[in-house]
Amino acid sequence: MIKFLLIVNRQGQLRLRKYFEEKVVTHGEQREIIRQCLSAVDKQNFLVEFKDFTVVYKKYGNLYFIAGITSNENELAVLELMHHMVETLDKYFDRVSEIDILYSLDRVHMVIDEMVVNGYILETSQPRILVPLQLLDVARK
Amino acid sequence: MSSRKTKWGMSEIQPQKPLQTLGNTNKDLYPNIYIILAPLLTMPPASATAESNGLRKKNKHEVEELPDVGNNLLTGVVTIDHPELAAARGVISGQPRMTWPSWSNQQHGVGVIDLVSVQAHGHANGGYFLGRYPPTTAVFVFSVVQAEISLSLHSWKRPTKMPAVKGDGMRGLAVFISDIRNCEYSQAEIKRINKELANIRSKFKGDKTLDGYQKKKYVCKLLFIFLLGHDIDFGHMEAVNLLSSNKYTEKQIGYLFISVLISASNELMKLVIQAIKNDLVSRNPVHVNLSLQCVANLGSRDMAEGLGTEIPKLLISGDTIDAVKQSAALTLLRLLRTSPDLINMGEWTSRVIHLLNDQHMGVVTSATSLIEALVKKNPEEYKSCVSLAVSRLSRIVTSSYTDLQDYTYYFVPAPWLSVKLLRLLQNYPPPEDPAVRTRLTECLETILNKAQEPPKSKKVQHSNAKNAVLFEAINLIIHMDSDPNLLVRACNQLGQFLQHRETNLRYLALESMCLLATSEFSHEAVKKHQETVITALKTERDVSVRQRAVDLLYAMCDRTNAEEIVGEMLDYLETADYSIREEMVLKVAILAEKYAVDYTWYVDVILNLIRIAGDYVSEEVWYRVIQIVINRDDVQGYAAKTVFEALQAPACHENMVKVGGYILGEFGNLIAGDPRSSPMVQYQLLHSKYHLCGPSTRGLLLSTYIKFINLFPEIKGQIQEVLRSDNNLRNSDVELQQRSIEYLQLSSTTSADVLATVFEEMPPFPERESSILAKLKKKKPARVSENSEVKEHKLPQAQMANNVDSAPPPPQVGELFTAQVTTPGSGGGSTDLLGLGTSPPLVTVGGPTTTSSSALLVDVFDAMAPPTANGLDANGLSLGAEENCKKFISKNNGVLFENDLLQIGIKSEYRQNLGRIGVFYGNKTSFQFTGFSVDYSTPGNLSSNILFYLNVNVKPVGTFVEGGAQVQQLFNIECIEEFNDAPLIHIKFLYSGAEQKINLKLPVALNKFIEPVEMDSSTFFQRWKFLNTPEQEAQRIFKARLSTDPEQIKARLLGSSLSVLEGVDPNEQNFVSSGILHTRNQQIGCLVRLEPNLQAQMYRLTVRASKTDVATIFCDLLEIQF
Repeated sequence: MIKFLLIVNRQGQLRLRKYFEEKVVTHGEQREIIRQCLSAVDKQNFLVEFKDFTVVYKKYGNLYFIAGITSNENELAVLELMHHMVETLDKYFDRVSEIDILYSLDRVHMVIDEMVVNGYILETSQPRILVPLQLLDVARK
Repeated sequence: MSSRKTKWGMSEIQPQKPLQTLGNTNKDLYPNIYIILAPLLTMPPASATAESNGLRKKNKHEVEELPDVGNNLLTGVVTIDHPELAAARGVISGQPRMTWPSWSNQQHGVGVIDLVSVQAHGHANGGYFLGRYPPTTAVFVFSVVQAEISLSLHSWKRPTKMPAVKGDGMRGLAVFISDIRNCEYSQAEIKRINKELANIRSKFKGDKTLDGYQKKKYVCKLLFIFLLGHDIDFGHMEAVNLLSSNKYTEKQIGYLFISVLISASNELMKLVIQAIKNDLVSRNPVHVNLSLQCVANLGSRDMAEGLGTEIPKLLISGDTIDAVKQSAALTLLRLLRTSPDLINMGEWTSRVIHLLNDQHMGVVTSATSLIEALVKKNPEEYKSCVSLAVSRLSRIVTSSYTDLQDYTYYFVPAPWLSVKLLRLLQNYPPPEDPAVRTRLTECLETILNKAQEPPKSKKVQHSNAKNAVLFEAINLIIHMDSDPNLLVRACNQLGQFLQHRETNLRYLALESMCLLATSEFSHEAVKKHQETVITALKTERDVSVRQRAVDLLYAMCDRTNAEEIVGEMLDYLETADYSIREEMVLKVAILAEKYAVDYTWYVDVILNLIRIAGDYVSEEVWYRVIQIVINRDDVQGYAAKTVFEALQAPACHENMVKVGGYILGEFGNLIAGDPRSSPMVQYQLLHSKYHLCGPSTRGLLLSTYIKFINLFPEIKGQIQEVLRSDNNLRNSDVELQQRSIEYLQLSSTTSADVLATVFEEMPPFPERESSILAKLKKKKPARVSENSEVKEHKLPQAQMANNVDSAPPPPQVGELFTAQVTTPGSGGGSTDLLGLGTSPPLVTVGGPTTTSSSALLVDVFDAMAPPTANGLDANGLSLGAEENCKKFISKNNGVLFENDLLQIGIKSEYRQNLGRIGVFYGNKTSFQFTGFSVDYSTPGNLSSNILFYLNVNVKPVGTFVEGGAQVQQLFNIECIEEFNDAPLIHIKFLYSGAEQKINLKLPVALNKFIEPVEMDSSTFFQRWKFLNTPEQEAQRIFKARLSTDPEQIKARLLGSSLSVLEGVDPNEQNFVSSGILHTRNQQIGCLVRLEPNLQAQMYRLTVRASKTDVATIFCDLLEIQF
């Protein structure tokens, strides 16, 4: 399962944090994970071993998507799930940027909640993921 | 709003004024700029309103006429002056925003242009324009104020083409976030946040009339503040109010706040659960989903209690829409995880399993996760999911990418679901049903085949998704471990990945291959890649990949390639990363030991290890080499020679000195014949390192020196000199001082015979799990057990078998010394060298036993039994054996049995719940015994109380015992729980044609597993009073049979492994003692009080112990001692 999901910018500032398990990492550990992901030399690299779990991360523009997963989770699948997440956000925000995530945190949370619940995949069909958001947008008009 | 101005130019020339800009603008090239700017710039400020109306029409017209973005572009050169974009300069192009004319209605209008692209170059701190995602996501807003155009970086927000502005137009929120982002110092940020928190707090407190929108706004601000790492301790009530609202927008924010900010123990939880209950039965599926997701996020016990029955119903009900089913499945999974006892899935089993057949892929995806969790709890009940999962998988794998529409990801049909299904199947052995099995095999083959097909897309997403499925399929193949064909194919596939240009794939391939190496079917196939893996070890840039390469080499190592692999690893170790050195050292040490055919090679490897990576050689490693050298006499001479040579290096690691010191101390005599390594040379070589070493090594060297005195009396003088030097005799380190004094004393007062006995060669170590392996396991629990244990039964047994038992590492010199210092029962400084921490000095049976110094020793010899007649008593035991056995209660060594033919001596030592007993059979005659055999047994239910076995590491006793010779056996014993019987040995042999039978009880009594404890009076009596139930106490009043001399009583108590606590009992004549009985799983405290009545020659003995029966057993044992 996915234990947590973080979105941070290149300066290491947290832009989104989602824990799927209570107290899964301490503050210090989280900082260390972010540091390791941000300081990776190899651009292709997407894996970091951290304590008893694996960290999968990917950089998109100025943002890093970071997921902590249990050792029995498929790393590539999670990597692509994150990409799928970015594409879905991209579709909703029409090219997503850090600004969108910052200023529309609630929407980003919703997109992720529609894709991953409790650390497991809920839905991967993009149109279906976006239904509740579109409803919300209609409601807000 | 930021006030930073940005200059806008049309060309390389930087305009001074907007008008100039216009003048420089090429009408044909930039028609839109011209259209926009011209009226603004040319009109007088006062007429702006009127004129701009015309402009609006015009512009609208433009937009309508030219809807195509390409033709509606606005371009220009921009110099960006912003703290985050230090002096970037570039070209922007943008489209006037649809709504832009509205600005012109205002006197001080603000115009916005949505930029389609910004291509900036130059240095940029924040890199907005230079990252991967820009230029298209770049956000740029500029304002036009009156007729003066000034471009200011208003915000980075890009107003999108979506119908509503995301973020809900909450201006206050946007301003707040911008403010925070503009804070250049963290203190300014904190100040701003505190201001905002105070504001919100007062709003929540004072203003009861807050409407939904305002609450929402504040809650959003709180969310943002929380994200910045500040604790939020208010606003919960407002969030609960939002939650209960009927408006979707408010409800959604409420749930978000609750999910993110409230802990499950919050007092408002009851209200939340009530609101969730209402939403769960809502007609609006969106509300149901919100509430389910909230439960899934919090998953508290209260929720499981309150909602545990509703959610399964939602999951299996036919009326539930798919989206709700999906959420319900994962919500249940969460509740199962947090409160498994409250969720009863029993009656739903088959309906849940059949969700795998659901036509909706989303439902199947989340149901598979749920089913996997259920399967882990109860595999048998969910067994039927295997065939459903296989058929589902088969349908996905054989479908084309167009079949699954939204669930196809970059031409890969449903990759995540495939991975989940493959993972689910890894919970079961290969399917028994041949049809299912064939189908699964076909699936796996198809996946392997697809990997060989040319990719349908060059995108990395395509190959990643495909490989995710492929790796999971390989995992399943490895898990089933039954189809050699598939295993070998999997191995070849991974072999291809080893050469892949993507580092992570190589990493994953190495990791999977590690598992393949443990399968008997693919072990050979894996070995084919040895060269590649070694190359990887040497060339990979990423340390984690090199680490995997090491793991794989470790896993693929067997007898055939051990020398090569160990050699390569040693080579690599010289340059290896510091982070993996220690683990590599452990691995090399284990492989060398496990696959050593020639133990000289093993010794070389370990000494090389110490030389190359001495700092990373942990104690376990050098302990182990010493254990092995001591246990194998064929390698001792070589080891002595090699360490001697190694020590000659000008700089050698302290660990080398330790190993060298120990080995030369034991076996230095084996090389002393060579004048180049004469005793004196050996001694001087070691002593030249002495001053460079730390205290523990010095202590070890001192022990080596005293052993030298025994081995080489000719250098006694020099060594005594060293012991006598102030540097040692008055060393500030108590340990060194004590050793020096004791060794000096021992060497000057005792005879050579005593020295020879005391400093006899170390007895072989009991066989046990390699302490190195234990350490490696501790370091990496999962990985090592997979590697070593699985392999253990599939590969030829290692010569030096690693019994997996729970024995602690062997006692070591340093360790024992500390034990000795705290042990009042230990005889003298010499004992530790023999590895007998708590026992009085050894008596070698049959050897000369002259000593005089200690009263304790005298007592031991006094108790030695006189020879008894040959014959068996009523219990089948040899006469006198029972009686003799009892004498061992207070001692560990002595003669157990003796008649005209045979003398049986015992040496034993105990440590916590473990012990070993050496039994020495001495032939007293000058004739050979033939047909000599020793059987052993544990009578009655003793076998369940103790673990008793022959140590197979020692040379077995042959069937002949020559006249005058002595043979020995070593038994290991572990106390599992309390016992009151003892194991038996049955000795049979032929002496001049007549069969002799001797049955003996081995002197193993419960008190051997007690370790003394020191405590003060108050603690003692506090504990004494605490143990007050009748079962915890045993008492005897009996007549004294032996001397009542207080010193003797004390000695006997100490001999029974108890402490003698001085000044505890108010009556000075009484003795009180305490100890801890160690059993495998338990430590039992024992307290003893012995009250002698000297006039009546009687004793009252009271024993209290924390476990029933222990006191009685112990009381029985002690009674016969006095």
